[in-house]
Amino acid sequence: MTHDVAKQVRGYLMVFGTLLVLTLVTVGVSYLDLPEFETVIVALIIATTKATLVAMFFMHLKGERPMVTWPLALTAFLFVALLGSLLMSEADHLFGARFQDSFHSIRD
Amino acid sequence: MQIPYTTEVRPDTGLTNPKLGVWLFLASEVMLFGSLFSSYALLRAGAPSWPDQSSIVNVPLATLNTVVLIASSVTMVMAWASLKGHSLPKFRLYMGLTLLCGAIFLVVKGIEYGDKFSHHLYPATSNFLGLYFTMTGLHAIHVIAGMIVNAYFLWPGTKMWKSDPERFTNRIEVAGIYWHFVDVVWIFLFPVLYLL
Repeated sequence: MTHDVAKQVRGYLMVFGTLLVLTLVTVGVSYLDLPEFETVIVALIIATTKATLVAMFFMHLKGERPMVTWPLALTAFLFVALLGSLLMSEADHLFGARFQDSFHSIRD
Repeated sequence: MQIPYTTEVRPDTGLTNPKLGVWLFLASEVMLFGSLFSSYALLRAGAPSWPDQSSIVNVPLATLNTVVLIASSVTMVMAWASLKGHSLPKFRLYMGLTLLCGAIFLVVKGIEYGDKFSHHLYPATSNFLGLYFTMTGLHAIHVIAGMIVNAYFLWPGTKMWKSDPERFTNRIEVAGIYWHFVDVVWIFLFPVLYLL
């Protein structure tokens, strides 16, 4: 029992170290002045990785029962649907007017 | 009346009731913060121009706060692990550190807010500042709520350790799951409001 706890504590400290490194990386990357699209993608990938580490290890989501994981998966899906449906209204000019030409041809 | 399934697992869900309860509550919290993140994305995508956020907000202070909140998550999980290892003094130490980290976070946040106000930057100043104050303000309220719960368990709530240690340990785990969620929200707020 005590041995298990000691092993767990070592794991928590490793996650802590990883989270600190990822925090420094995400701040460092923001000073590189990458193009907007790349900046957003890198920042969100790092944040998602950090959040996953916290959820899996600190919140004990790793190996959690389906009664927890399924409602959470549904929530994640609903959030993406909410975000996606709202952003749809701005889709003609997201990330540098990529789709503007096609919209012009419809208007003309 | 005894609350059922506080320590033993309910056969049909495979969970104790408090654990299922906190996760369902957090699912609703995901949608609460999710609606604000969606609003941010919509308002920013629809704006003709957007200010350089890092020139308005204080990135070094927010980085410090990120480290403080991550540290508080570690001390929170260590508080729970201390109870698993049957040590109440260690639990008190780590829970005290968790509260301290929460307080440091709020003080730093207060300094940031004070700095904005002294420069006449208010929620009504711009769309960005409106979102900044709403999102960080709602998050700060969650930090305060978590601190109230943690303070209860550090002082009056500890007496359950003598009468029902297993149930007390579960309570700390559930309070911890909430506290880590508040950390997760900040992990997304930090890049979105400060770095992008």
